[in-house]
Amino acid sequence: MARRLPRKDVVIVGLGWTGSILAYELARTGLEVVAIERGPWRDTAADFNIGTTPDELRYAVRHDMFLRPKQETLTMRNNPSQTALPIRKWGSFLPGNGVGGAGLHWNGQTWRFLPDDFRIRSHMIERYGESILPEGNHIQDWPVSYDELEPYYDKFEYVAGISGKAGNIKGDIQPGGNPFEGVRERDYPTPPMTQGFAQGLFTKAATGLGLHPFPRPSANISIAYTNPYGCSMAPCTYCGFCERFGCANYSKASPQTCVLPALVREPSFEARTECEVTKVNLSVDGKTATGVTYVDASGEEWEQPGDIVLVCAYSLFNVRLLLLSGIGKPYDQASDEGVVGRNYAYQTGSGSTAFFEDAKFNPFAAAGSLGVALDDYNSDNFDHGPHGFVGGASITSAHTNGRPIQYHPTPKGAPTWGSAWKKAVHETYQRVTNVGAQGSVMSYRNNYLDLDPTYKDPLGRPLLRMTFDYQDNERKMANWMADRCDEIAKAMGAKTTQINRLVGPWSVVPYQTTHNTGGAIMGSDPKTSVLNRYLQSWDVSNVFVMGASAFPQNAGYNPTGTVGALTYWALDAIFNYLKSSGPLVQP
Amino acid sequence: MVDPDGRLPRRREDAAVAAKLKHSGVTRRNLLASAALLITTSGASARVITKALPWRPNEADPVTPVVPGGYLFFTAGEAAVVDAIVDRLIPTDELGSGAKDAGVTTFIDRQLTGPYGGHDWLYMQGPFSSNPLPSQGLQSPLTPRQQYRQGLAALESYCKANFAGRSFIQLNADEQDKLLAGIEKGEVKFENFNSRMLFGAIYANTMEGYFADPIYGGNRDMAGWKLVGFPGTRYDYRDVMEKPNQAYALPPVGLGGRPAWGGH
Repeated sequence: MARRLPRKDVVIVGLGWTGSILAYELARTGLEVVAIERGPWRDTAADFNIGTTPDELRYAVRHDMFLRPKQETLTMRNNPSQTALPIRKWGSFLPGNGVGGAGLHWNGQTWRFLPDDFRIRSHMIERYGESILPEGNHIQDWPVSYDELEPYYDKFEYVAGISGKAGNIKGDIQPGGNPFEGVRERDYPTPPMTQGFAQGLFTKAATGLGLHPFPRPSANISIAYTNPYGCSMAPCTYCGFCERFGCANYSKASPQTCVLPALVREPSFEARTECEVTKVNLSVDGKTATGVTYVDASGEEWEQPGDIVLVCAYSLFNVRLLLLSGIGKPYDQASDEGVVGRNYAYQTGSGSTAFFEDAKFNPFAAAGSLGVALDDYNSDNFDHGPHGFVGGASITSAHTNGRPIQYHPTPKGAPTWGSAWKKAVHETYQRVTNVGAQGSVMSYRNNYLDLDPTYKDPLGRPLLRMTFDYQDNERKMANWMADRCDEIAKAMGAKTTQINRLVGPWSVVPYQTTHNTGGAIMGSDPKTSVLNRYLQSWDVSNVFVMGASAFPQNAGYNPTGTVGALTYWALDAIFNYLKSSGPLVQP
Repeated sequence: MVDPDGRLPRRREDAAVAAKLKHSGVTRRNLLASAALLITTSGASARVITKALPWRPNEADPVTPVVPGGYLFFTAGEAAVVDAIVDRLIPTDELGSGAKDAGVTTFIDRQLTGPYGGHDWLYMQGPFSSNPLPSQGLQSPLTPRQQYRQGLAALESYCKANFAGRSFIQLNADEQDKLLAGIEKGEVKFENFNSRMLFGAIYANTMEGYFADPIYGGNRDMAGWKLVGFPGTRYDYRDVMEKPNQAYALPPVGLGGRPAWGGH
C-alpha cells in the first residue's frame, strides 16, 4: 500500500531539459513543485570531473551514464508480423538516465525546424498533389506553426547559449547563415564555433556547387556566456568528448549548466532522485490526474498527490507511462484506431566517406556540434517532383570526435585484423572525413509503440514494444541524399569515396541516433492525437506531456531545439490553465 | 543523519564492502549513493535535493586503476590462449606494440571480473529466443564470462581434435591466422559452442583494450593511441582549431598521466 505524501501544486516526472525548465519557471512564481527522477543526481564537478570524464571505455562503450536495460528497456521488431524481442543491450539509440536526462549526454546540435515542416501534409499536397504521399502514411500537420513557435525557439536558444549564425533576421537574409531558415527575431546569443580543416574544404566545395553552407547551431558554445537564468557557461575547448559524456568545462548546454543552478535556489522546489514513477493516478471518472505513484530505491511505494502532472521523461518512456496509466486510448494497428503509441518515427542516416591522399583532419579536435551544414536538400527546399519521395535531410561535414575504440576507420575491404589492419588504421585515421545526411522519417500505420505481451521490467510491468522499419519513402530519400553527399565529398578533393546507403531492415545493433519521436503526438483532432496544440492531454486536462513524443513525424534535424521551443510554448499554456482549469482546446 | 546544511549525507565509507567491490568496476560513488539511500528508507522518501546543489569540494567519481600482475578470472591456460589470439589480432610489428604486449589480456581479465563480465547492467530476463532476427541484436543468455570459459574450452577441443593433439598456442602463426579467419567467417565450427560468438567477444574486447585508457590495464605505453595519433585526454584543442591541416605535436596523456610522469 503506497504511503501518501503531502500535496504539491506541480508534480514533474523526469528532470531533464523539459522537466527542469518547467520546474524553474513554475517554482519561481511560488508554486510548490516536486520533480521525481528515477536516476541519480548528477552534477558537473563531481560526475563530469575533468580527471575522470574523458574515458571512452566507461562512458561511450560500457554506457556508464545511460539507463541500464536491466532497469528498463523495450522490445523491438521490424513489422507487426514478427515477434518482438527485448533490446538487451543498447545500440541504435541510447536513452539517458538521471538528472539532466538525454540533455546531458547529447552532442548539442540545436535546430529549429523549417516553416514547411510544421504543415508538411498540406504543403506537399498543395505543391505536388495527394499522390506524393507514401503508402500507409500517417503524416499530419503540426497544430502549431513556425511563426507561433519562433519566440519560444528564441527563448530556448538564449537559455542554452547556442552558438550560430542567423540566416534570416526579420526577413533579411544574412550572409554566412542558413538562407532557408524561418524568419527569426534576432541572431543567436553566441557566435559560431571555429570550424576545422574538413569544414573549410566542405564550405568551399559546396559553395562551388551552388549550395549554401553555414556553421550549424551548436550547444557547445564558442565564448563565455551568462544566460537569462544567471547561469554561466565557459568556451568549448574542442576536447571531443560530448555525446555519451558530461562536459567538464561547463561548455555544453545541459540542464546542469543552464537551469539547475537557478532551479535549486527556488525554495518551493524539491527533487527526489532514484524514485521511479510507476503510474499517473486518475480520478474515478478518469478525467483528472490526482498525482503519481512512485517507487523509491528500496522498493517502497509512495503516492504523491498534485494539482498538475507534467510528464517529462524521455519520449519513449512518456508513451509507456501514458499506456500504463490508462491516459488516452492505446493505438491499435489492426484497426488503425486509438492514439497512444501512434506515429512513432526516427531519423535516417546516410552519406559518403571521403578518403584523402594526404590530409591531417585531426578528428580528435572536435565537438559534438562542430560542423558546417546545408539545407538545400532539406524539407521542401528543393523540387520533390522528379524524386517521388517526401522529406529531406540536412547535409553536414562534421567531426564530433576521434575516440579510437569506436573510431578507427579503414577503407572498405581492408583486413579487419593483423599487421595489414594495423597499417590501414595507421594510414587512414588522419586522412578520412565524412559528409553525412541526417534525414526526416515520416509516420506510418506500421511504425508504432504499444505494450509488449511477454517481457516485463523488474517491477513486473510490461515493457514498451517498438515496431519500426524504414519504409520505401525513407530509403529512397536517404539514398538520394547519399549521392548528394558523395558529389560534395568528391568536390572537396577526396581521392576515393564510399557511399553509405540505407540498406536492410532497421537494426538495434549499430548506433544510429537517439532521436526517437512520436507516440504521444500533438494534433488538432483527438482521434489522431494524444495532446492538443498546448501539449495538454485531450483526455486528462491537468496532464501535459513534453518532449519529442509530441512530434507528428520527424524532420531532417536533431529534435532538441524543437523540444525546447515546445516546452516554453506549453509553459505559457500551463499558466493559462492555472488561471482557469479545463481543456485549453475544445475538441 | 542530516548535516548542518540540512542535506542528507553523501559520504559513508564502508571499507569492507569497498574492498569486496574493488575489482567489480563498481565505483565508489555508486556505493555511496546506495549507502545514503539505505539510511533514508525508514524515514523520508529517498534522496531529496532542495535549496542548494548537493555539491562537496573534491568529490569525484574515479574508477579504480587496474594493477597488472596475475589473473583474476582466467586460468593460466586460458590466459596463454587469449595472449596468443590477441597477439595475432594485433601483432607487434614495425608500427609498434601489439595487443599482447600492450596488456590486452590483463584488460580482458579485469573487465570480465566487473559488471561487464556478468552482463550485470543488461536485460537478461527470459524467455531467450532460439531464432532472433539479426536486427534484434544480442539475444544470448550467455554472459561474457561464460562465453570465454566455454568458448576457450571449445577452441582447445577443436585444436586438439584437428591439429594432432596440439593446443592453439602450439600452432604456428600461419596456422593460427588461418584458424582465426575460419572462425571469424563461421567456416570453422566448434562442438557445443558458437565459434563466431567467441571470436566476436575476443575481437571486440581486444579493440577496447588496445584503444581504451591505459588505466584499465591495456594500451600500455599508449601503443594504440600512438598507432593512430590520438592524444588521449588532453581535453583542450583550441590551438589545433587555429592551425588546420597541421600535425599535432604533443604526445598522448591518459587519465593517469604519462609514463614519464610516473603514471602509466
